[in-house]
Amino acid sequence: MQSYLLAKDRLDGFVSRLADRLTVYVPAKGADGLWSFVASGSAQPPLALTPEGGNTNMPPKSFVFPRTEVLMRFDNRAGEGGMILREEPVPAGRAVLLGVRPCDAKALAVLDGIFGRRASGDASGEVSGGAFGADPYWAARREATILCGLACNYPCPTCFCDQMGCGPHHREGLDALWTDLGESYLVTILTERGRELASDLAPAAQADLNRAESLKAEAASLLTGKFPMDKIAQRGVLELCELPLWAELAATCLNCGACTHVCPTCHCFDIQDEVKGERGRRLRNWDTCMSGLFTRHASGHNPRGDKLARVRQRFMHKFKYIPVKRGEAGCVGCGRCIKACPVNIDVREVVRAMNEQAPQTPEGAA
Amino acid sequence: MNNPYLPYPARLTGVREETEDKSIRTFRLELLDPGQAGAFAYVPGQFAELSLAGVGEAPIGIASSPTEGQELLFSVFRTGKVTEALHALAPGAVMGVRGPLGKGFPLGDLKGENLVIIAGGFAVTTLRSAMVWLLDPANRGDFGEITFIYGARTPGMLLYREQLATWAARADVACHVAVDRPAPGWDGQVGFVPQIVAEAAPRPENAAALVCGPPAMIKYTQPVLSELGWQDGQIFLSLENRMKCGIGVCGRCNVGPYYVCKDGPVFTKAELDLLPKEY
Amino acid sequence: MQTRIVNIRAAAKAALEEGLCRVVAGYAPGAIAMRARPVFIDKPEDAGKLTWSSFCVGNLAGLLTQAAKQASGRIGVVAQGCVSRNLVGLIGEGRLAREDLYVIGVPCLGMAERRKIEARYPGRAIIAVEESEEVFVVRGKRREERMLRRDALRDNCYTCVQRNPVIYDALVAEPVPDTGGGDIDKVAAPWEKHPPGERLAAFQAAYANCTRCHACRDVCPLCYCSTCFVDESTPQWAGKTGDFADVATYHLLRALHCAGRCTDCGACESACPQNIKVRRLTSKLEKDVRALYGCQAGMALGESPPLTVFRPDDPQDFIK
Repeated sequence: MQSYLLAKDRLDGFVSRLADRLTVYVPAKGADGLWSFVASGSAQPPLALTPEGGNTNMPPKSFVFPRTEVLMRFDNRAGEGGMILREEPVPAGRAVLLGVRPCDAKALAVLDGIFGRRASGDASGEVSGGAFGADPYWAARREATILCGLACNYPCPTCFCDQMGCGPHHREGLDALWTDLGESYLVTILTERGRELASDLAPAAQADLNRAESLKAEAASLLTGKFPMDKIAQRGVLELCELPLWAELAATCLNCGACTHVCPTCHCFDIQDEVKGERGRRLRNWDTCMSGLFTRHASGHNPRGDKLARVRQRFMHKFKYIPVKRGEAGCVGCGRCIKACPVNIDVREVVRAMNEQAPQTPEGAA
Repeated sequence: MNNPYLPYPARLTGVREETEDKSIRTFRLELLDPGQAGAFAYVPGQFAELSLAGVGEAPIGIASSPTEGQELLFSVFRTGKVTEALHALAPGAVMGVRGPLGKGFPLGDLKGENLVIIAGGFAVTTLRSAMVWLLDPANRGDFGEITFIYGARTPGMLLYREQLATWAARADVACHVAVDRPAPGWDGQVGFVPQIVAEAAPRPENAAALVCGPPAMIKYTQPVLSELGWQDGQIFLSLENRMKCGIGVCGRCNVGPYYVCKDGPVFTKAELDLLPKEY
Repeated sequence: MQTRIVNIRAAAKAALEEGLCRVVAGYAPGAIAMRARPVFIDKPEDAGKLTWSSFCVGNLAGLLTQAAKQASGRIGVVAQGCVSRNLVGLIGEGRLAREDLYVIGVPCLGMAERRKIEARYPGRAIIAVEESEEVFVVRGKRREERMLRRDALRDNCYTCVQRNPVIYDALVAEPVPDTGGGDIDKVAAPWEKHPPGERLAAFQAAYANCTRCHACRDVCPLCYCSTCFVDESTPQWAGKTGDFADVATYHLLRALHCAGRCTDCGACESACPQNIKVRRLTSKLEKDVRALYGCQAGMALGESPPLTVFRPDDPQDFIK
């Protein structure tokens, strides 16, 4: 692992040189006040990699898993006797996301497992897709996207990444990690493809590495809202499903998709066909387990027909089902859902209750 | 790249009206690419996504058995957008098939055992596959007694009637085909499936039951089996849930930690009893 | 603000004790700064959980239609001007019954837009915000700042026409001036400022970040359809994509469904995780309804929304 130093006043030049070779996206504040990743050319110089409020409003998930993505197209005008679906190629061209927060990178690593992509040399974990292998759209976009992280020196009051196998300076999923040392960035190369991002930088000194280490410790110490989660693993699925907390949440949950859409690990999707005459496309769209339509059968029967089952599904999926399947939570502690929820459901309180709440006493029991 | 979302083009070679209310048709499909047809290796109990470009996909259990050759059979109940469009297709049409998907009945693990197959209504489809597979000369000798119990509302609602007759005629199958109420021209058994199961009283020793049917049938059949001494781990059920991807990613068919599309659709009753009833 | 909190608790406690309602829908403090959390309480001793702040920016009328469906008996609800207008609207549409409601009315000082407060202190974590009638005290880790209420109000609150509840069974503070002071007709239709050729682009830009989480719909008390048109699958009326055509279809049709019924409560904008100015559509429609029919939603019991009634002498004969 090698580390380099980039003075902050050289950032814009560095990015513009990089942009000669690759498409570079950086966090920038839009006219509506929201921070999001934009192409470096359209960001107002001087670049600032640290969004106000700690992180971009939406996670960078959509670079790998777009809100709407064409999977296939068909065109029946050739007279093939029926509509034959043809694979839509994933747009070529590599991109660098500069300033990705470690939580959001970890989320992409979690999703790598779910979409069946393995980092080379990693043989652990169950791969989705079975005999079919990885989701080719996810894999192609992920391969084409280099992730340059920016460590968090000042976690927000809503952050709990340290509870979720992540942390403010966590490196998983990243190709390089940058640390803001004040006047300069420490650039730590983590993968082979991250290396090309440091080709013209000067090596860092030991003092810089030490400074980064102390910032890391400081950031970790700012995360104070610890809550135990150990009992969730021991509790059975049905025991958790029957806790009183779900009815309490369902009383006010709107079943909107705000939490799932801002979530860096929510990945459920819908597949839809759109047709115009003899031509059309099959595409996938983000979907949400909060919607009744999500599970409703064509017959009208709905396995998760009420709000309680739906709000329960989201938390059970992240904190019980994904851990059972994959050995890690489907949450990285970014805290976006806490900020976005219109009725202020706080995932930390939900997890605490899943861990601690006493089971419902049956009617009539003491 | 091997794209799990891309259906294999297939030609509809036959359509057969199965039931008197015209709600169920059996579609015979032939994959256009011989390579893909040869590679379509499935076991009874698996399903495939039937894919109509411009309409969508529907997960349908495979009714044929791999022992019958490369043509695939799907019996489809008309209930939604995709199945409606499927029913409108005539032989010769080209459509798509994506599969085989999911895990089928663990027939390989049940060798040497007696098998009881219990079907209700049109859920008989993948059990037809299992029956044909089991009765194939290459497999029949690997299993003990085979009991087949199948009930429908009326004689006209029974699927695969010629096939049922050939099974009934065999000495190596105990075949109980019943309709709910007496009907003109029906001289077979009469009664609901749980009742027929109670009468047939299959013994649980060294046995497994494959049960597919509407929720009510399953609900009332289970106590009958328990009464007869069956354990929950011996009873295999097949779930249906709304699906899209079919490969355990898109998230809508989950029941607890399991994806019905990938980890199922076949589960033992013992497994299902530990999960929320989200199916 | 403290008076309101004390009196809301007292009114809820009394109502539950005296059996005037079986449950009270109100707000509890949020888990983080500048948030409040809807809550249902059914025991008098829980009245202390209730609070009130300028961050109670949802709309409890919407939650009531569900609660009313789930159980019988009178429901208490804490309601400021706009929410009380929605209650009146829902009564008029047969979703709620006046006799089934116990309204704890709150004369409103105007609600706060948390994003305006955040924008004032960029890059700083806000730990807590306290408020008086005139001032918000914004607390960070080490510093404390003061911001005038009038600088932090939500857009819709500047042009409010009904800050005092139109119906109530208990009132928790002295009535306030009924209007926010601004002229809604001047700001209601920002599109009209653009030449026709540029309106589409302006509209497109305004909704460009919509991911269609549908929070604006799900928080809206007008959106009580058991299956929304965008969720209807047989037949499917609307596409599911994030493409502009589908985004526009969703927002335009939803706004049209709400025309003449919207109280400009602003819950849609407060709920939007993407900061989209949803009211740019709804306020335009309400402006048109005011101009065409001279009415505003939910101002008095017994009135029906203009687009839901028909008279035999209606000049538009297509409806006959």
